[in-house]
Amino acid sequence: MQHLAADNGLAGYVDRKRRLWLFSLMVPGLALVGPLLYMLVSPNVLWLWLSTIFGYVVIPMLDGVLGEDLSNPPEEAVPALEADPYYRYVTYALVPILWVSFIVNIAFLGLHELPWYGTLAVILATGGSLGFGLNLGHEMGHKKTGLERWLAKITLALGCYGHFFVEHNRGHHRDVATPEDPASARMGESIYRFVFREMPGAFFRAWDLEAQRLERCGKSVWSLDNEVLQPALISAVLYALLIAWLGIEILPVMLLIAFWGAFQLTQANYIEHYGLLRRKEPSGRYERCQPHHSWNSNHLFSNWALFHLQRHSDHHAHPTRRYQSLRDFPDLPRLPNGYFGMYLLAYFPPLWQRVMDPRLLEAVGHDPQRINFLPAKREQLMRRYGLSEAPLDGAGAAA
Amino acid sequence: MTRYQCPECGYEYDEAAGDPHQGYPAGTAWDSLPETFTCPDCAVRYKEDFRALEE
Ligand SMILES: [Zn+2]
Repeated sequence: MQHLAADNGLAGYVDRKRRLWLFSLMVPGLALVGPLLYMLVSPNVLWLWLSTIFGYVVIPMLDGVLGEDLSNPPEEAVPALEADPYYRYVTYALVPILWVSFIVNIAFLGLHELPWYGTLAVILATGGSLGFGLNLGHEMGHKKTGLERWLAKITLALGCYGHFFVEHNRGHHRDVATPEDPASARMGESIYRFVFREMPGAFFRAWDLEAQRLERCGKSVWSLDNEVLQPALISAVLYALLIAWLGIEILPVMLLIAFWGAFQLTQANYIEHYGLLRRKEPSGRYERCQPHHSWNSNHLFSNWALFHLQRHSDHHAHPTRRYQSLRDFPDLPRLPNGYFGMYLLAYFPPLWQRVMDPRLLEAVGHDPQRINFLPAKREQLMRRYGLSEAPLDGAGAAA
Repeated sequence: MTRYQCPECGYEYDEAAGDPHQGYPAGTAWDSLPETFTCPDCAVRYKEDFRALEE
């Protein structure tokens, strides 16, 4: 394997998605297009709805029409793919696009009189672009270089969500698909209930992780080395400057936008591990995260827009692997549409359950010991789906 | 002084250098790291998963 990679780099492999990763810049950039068309072409509020309509209508349709991509780079090509700087430059380029888009949209709101449905459109569009910022911060925050880690913090600071960098890597990846994880949704839990657990849970897990690390370092939790505080300070300065320029009335709007950005992450977290559970080993530790502990989608378009985030099993198996090298595997828990279509479904909990519960039961072989239940709904769901506890004759009996 | 490597992501813990960012100063022996130690880079491999590297 090693010598093949050394001999001819990509071992004859051609990445057909190489150029298409530029969609990962264009889709998030749509939030900037609305206000520009409004100012330069015609003051029509419809422009401002462009990126939101694209996200909720056009992307799920494109996923349905373009379908799935099951191709993988061969393992021999991965070292060369990982080393190719082009893919990294695409992620770097998105950082200024998101910053410019955020500032232009906030200024646009501050300087224009809009009807309520115009303001709403800008809040949804800008919040949506912060969701792409969270996805970018996610991709870069997993990498080992100092530059990428700082770019992650700078990007996440736009939506006051810098703590994600700490909480996700050292918290979510450790606790994923267990009842301990506030970022793994439980069977029977609606997204509206999940958000109350997910958002505060994420913040406090990040804070606790940093407090423990800084204590080991012999530093105060309020030290500037605190990686929750570092991006929070960037957020504070940015928001203060925008308030000084546009007035205090802009603050509630910015907070709504930041919330809607964070909610994009809540949605992704909600669908990524819904109901899946790692078993506890006799040692009291959970089994290591396996590919069947994540939901996946191979839909072409939404993967281009999200840096392959939807190839989620491989991401959890190899968290530092770069987006261009993430692979699909057969027989993984599979979503019927890309993330954007699934978000829509999640807004209607009865519909979500009707689509996802049968898939979940199939993915876990109807074994309740492999289901992460919402405790209050456990009995009810067991009855509804005719599940029974496997006989408890020692550990591993259910395996 | 030995180096230990994460089998998943290649992170190396060098006893001589420690990992000051994680709060383990230079010279911290592998054995004195807590049992709850997880790989600082990928977080999906535990202490017992690490391999000692031959010098
Ligand atoms: Zn590792």
